[in-house]
Amino acid sequence: MDNIAGTKSSLVWAVNIAVVVLVLLWTIPTFGLLVSSFRDRDQIATTGWWSSLFPHEASLRFRIGDAETQRQEGEVFVIDGSVFEAGGTVSAFGTSNRDPAAHEPGEVVDFGDGISGTVNEDGSYRVTSPVAFEGRSPRLFVTSVTPPRFTLENYDRVLFAQGLGRAFLNTMTVTIPATVIPILVAAFAAYALAWMEFPGRSLLIASVVGLLVVPLQLALIPLLQLHNAIGIGKDYLGIWLAHSAFGLPLAIYLLRNYMVGLPREIIESARVDGATDFQIFLKIILPLSFPALASFAIFQFLWTWNDLLIATVFLGNTQDQLVMTGVLRELLGSRGGDWEILAASAFVSISVPLVVFFAMQKYLVRGLLAGSVK
Amino acid sequence: MDQLFMAGGTVVIGVFGCVAYFFLSNMILDAVWPPRGPDAGRNILRAAMIRPWLFLFPAIALLAVYLVYPVFVSIWLSLHDNTGQRFVGADNYLWLLNDRKFQESIRNNFLWLLVVPGGATFFGLIAAALTDRIRWGNFAKAMIFMPMAISFIGASVIWKFIYDYRGEGRTEIGLLNAVVEAFGGTAQTWLTLEPWNNFFLMAVLIWIQTGFAMVILSAALRGIPEETIEAAILDGASPFQIFLKIKVPQIWGTIAVVWTTITILVLKVFDIVLAMTNGQWGTQVLANMMFDWMFRGNDSGRASAIALVIMLLVTPIMIWNIRNAHKEMR
Repeated sequence: MDNIAGTKSSLVWAVNIAVVVLVLLWTIPTFGLLVSSFRDRDQIATTGWWSSLFPHEASLRFRIGDAETQRQEGEVFVIDGSVFEAGGTVSAFGTSNRDPAAHEPGEVVDFGDGISGTVNEDGSYRVTSPVAFEGRSPRLFVTSVTPPRFTLENYDRVLFAQGLGRAFLNTMTVTIPATVIPILVAAFAAYALAWMEFPGRSLLIASVVGLLVVPLQLALIPLLQLHNAIGIGKDYLGIWLAHSAFGLPLAIYLLRNYMVGLPREIIESARVDGATDFQIFLKIILPLSFPALASFAIFQFLWTWNDLLIATVFLGNTQDQLVMTGVLRELLGSRGGDWEILAASAFVSISVPLVVFFAMQKYLVRGLLAGSVK
Repeated sequence: MDQLFMAGGTVVIGVFGCVAYFFLSNMILDAVWPPRGPDAGRNILRAAMIRPWLFLFPAIALLAVYLVYPVFVSIWLSLHDNTGQRFVGADNYLWLLNDRKFQESIRNNFLWLLVVPGGATFFGLIAAALTDRIRWGNFAKAMIFMPMAISFIGASVIWKFIYDYRGEGRTEIGLLNAVVEAFGGTAQTWLTLEPWNNFFLMAVLIWIQTGFAMVILSAALRGIPEETIEAAILDGASPFQIFLKIKVPQIWGTIAVVWTTITILVLKVFDIVLAMTNGQWGTQVLANMMFDWMFRGNDSGRASAIALVIMLLVTPIMIWNIRNAHKEMR
């Protein structure tokens, strides 16, 4: 609509470029870690992830095999082998560090003392000498080009060896009931707050709005003591209850705002037809409120899946209770430099929320708008 | 796997229990005061007095136990010693006032308050204004919004990798250090660089929250009446003037909502600090300090006192929110 009075094309370009920059700034951090999670350990530690997207050029210093590996072929003694352990392409090689890229692959070069040899493109070398090799064998300087190489090994390792697979199950165990249970409880309460007349209603609504922002830090110690006192201790039941209760204010608030907007006529005509409140709620309000229910379910799912604080407090850190965010935190502490482990673990833990996010973005946006712009 | 069955079972029991509770309680109410017979009128009125509370009871009970009751217990605990046995009056609060780490936390929390809500709202507003003007705007929005789905701890891993430092003579694999070196600077251990490390932590939260600000502000921008913009265009206003003088003033209300929402989040910020520095090198914040005293210090008195300080800081916004909600209901 801003474009009705012919926008300047230079401005359009500027806007496009600015958005490209913003999008890059916001995606590159995640992308970098994603790429790293597929790289092998040694490569992550020695080169930046951005260079892994292109063929990687490196200079190797290499000492050919020991004198013991030589064998005699007719008149000459031979040492051969490969400069690579895992493959690559040689683009140049040399025999002294003054000019490490002096020769093309395949060229036969004089090493001095009658020794000569060559390095082929695939990295195999062959060095020959008229007399037996003794002492330290000659050095080779190789410029190699390694193609981008990616592996699923890291994921294999974190899921099965680092216990992340188990943590994944634990997270699911926490998340599913903690997402479903508050919905129904909140829906009934929201209906009462939206469509039933009773004294104290506006006070209750105000309390719900107030409870929306109560810092959870306040609830941790008293509730942990309460859970211990009534014998729930640190177990799944406790965290389900805690997550459900902490999600309730938002659920009630979102659902009430949505239900208030439903057309009054439908509800009143149902009342006239003799429907009870229970029937109205179950057969009219609940199906009509589906978008709001979906919005809240996504919020609650993301929140419980991504939570660290409540899980740390209300669950133990034994293997059968530690959730993925907890594992990530421990890994950050104990294996802070092992980026292949951290990257793969982080992506296992954020993959599910990302899928939910992209699949249900419409409802998430709608929920955000209902919850904030008022 | 057993666990998942247990979780599934809990869902079924929970949902079934809820429905059964509401169904039975309503049935009992109708049986006690049936809406028919000679007293039908009076019974309906009486039942109508009770019924809302049947609908509300489970929610109120959960909220009371999990959110209201802890406030009072926390106040009580904050006036007692580390075991919660001996009454110590205001000692915990006096200790807080003189504690160096607490002063540092308060300072940092205020820094966060100054930078993060403003930064996220600013970038969100720019992203909203720009993406609404281009054809691939929805894709761009989804990309900028995406960090919202990532956990704070996941985001911490992502950003710690950006700030990574390898040391002299080694190839830097952290993006920030690589960029700095490419421009001729020297690599730094960003996370221990006081006081700037605070800002590197804040960048993470701004990165996460910009999408939230963008989505809400974009909706508000689209809700601006077209006539005001048409009139401005006819009067010859430039796109920048339209944005700054016509659009932004009309969405002040929404900007305030975004700002306060992020402010509350900032006051409770915890995971990022815990994961990236654990409050070392001058980066401590209240929520992490509270966690520290609760778990490592094992001192429920001091931890509760810190939690109450957070509550105190949140209270003005809480009151403001309640007032706004109240105004709308009329």
